[in-house]
Amino acid sequence: MSENPFSLWVYLSQSPLLWLTMTLVVYAGADAVSLATERHPLANPVLHSIWIVGLFLMLTGTSYPTYFAGAQFVHFLLGPATVALAVPLYENRKVVLAAILPMLVALVVGSIVAIVSVVVLAEAAGLPRTVVLSLAPKSVTAGVAMGIAESLGADPSLTAVSVILTGIMGAIIVTPLMNRAGITDFRARGFAAGLAAHGIGTARAFQVDAVAGVFSGIAMSLNALVTSLLVPLAITLLLR
Amino acid sequence: MIVSFSLILLCQLIGEVFVRGLRLPIPGPVIGLMLLLVLLFARDHFSLLARGPLGDGGVENASRGLLANLSLLFIPAGVGVVQKLDLLAERGIAIVVILAISVVLTLLATVATFLVVSRLMARASEKP
Repeated sequence: MSENPFSLWVYLSQSPLLWLTMTLVVYAGADAVSLATERHPLANPVLHSIWIVGLFLMLTGTSYPTYFAGAQFVHFLLGPATVALAVPLYENRKVVLAAILPMLVALVVGSIVAIVSVVVLAEAAGLPRTVVLSLAPKSVTAGVAMGIAESLGADPSLTAVSVILTGIMGAIIVTPLMNRAGITDFRARGFAAGLAAHGIGTARAFQVDAVAGVFSGIAMSLNALVTSLLVPLAITLLLR
Repeated sequence: MIVSFSLILLCQLIGEVFVRGLRLPIPGPVIGLMLLLVLLFARDHFSLLARGPLGDGGVENASRGLLANLSLLFIPAGVGVVQKLDLLAERGIAIVVILAISVVLTLLATVATFLVVSRLMARASEKP
């Protein structure tokens, strides 16, 4: 090889191949560790993949847009994955239909608590108004939350970060919290996980129990709907 | 596999067109989800539909494959945290504490409401 290794790096670091491969390899490693620890909450594969990739970007001085040019192929699949939730929903239709009323009431209560608690706390902590607005839709899945933030004139990239932080914390807390509270109804546990922590909570719920995963997926998709209607309303009521 | 994945994408595409066309504040993939659900239910009633991706568990397997790796899909957006390090250095602790309290409150409120309502329903159905 007569070629300068630096020019190879320049080429690779600008191509989507490197960043797509890295995302998949780091996730595969983090997921293997999570499996080896029998899905311990703290071995959350999303959390560990993010800091490892983030650290690598910083050490190599790579910008986020350069990374995203490769990783966008993975990011894109969030939409199809939402559509795919129709399948577990269909397969568990009997369990779901039997619990339709508890789900709808819990949806409205949970969604209001998610929005009001974060807006009130952020205001009380004296955070700047744009930050408060960016945190408000944090319990819904990234794509939807960023759309809400945009329509409020907030900062969508900060919203994306708070959505992921919320999802990771929810996924880590939910199992010990529910065990300690003595809740054994996996429908209720899953529904709460999906409502509070969207897709990351749903991924966690599918790891713990199949029925929990289904209810989590339903909560996540219904909450995407309810939150996009409630956030603008809550902002006008709470911040005037 | 390709046909099944095409069906999922097609549902999402129709959802996006519908939502944007009518300017609804609903995410397109959620409409796509409902559309796929309707198709699956329709298949139970019309055997004519049980072919291609809707026959032989095609779309079921493709969906399971996608959902088995749901965690992976959040990594690209999550790495966006590197763009916000200055804000996090300044306000990070407050933001993390607020989000943590809010997520615990949301989990407890949701699970409690779900359990209370389902117990009330069970009690109501026991009484004739």
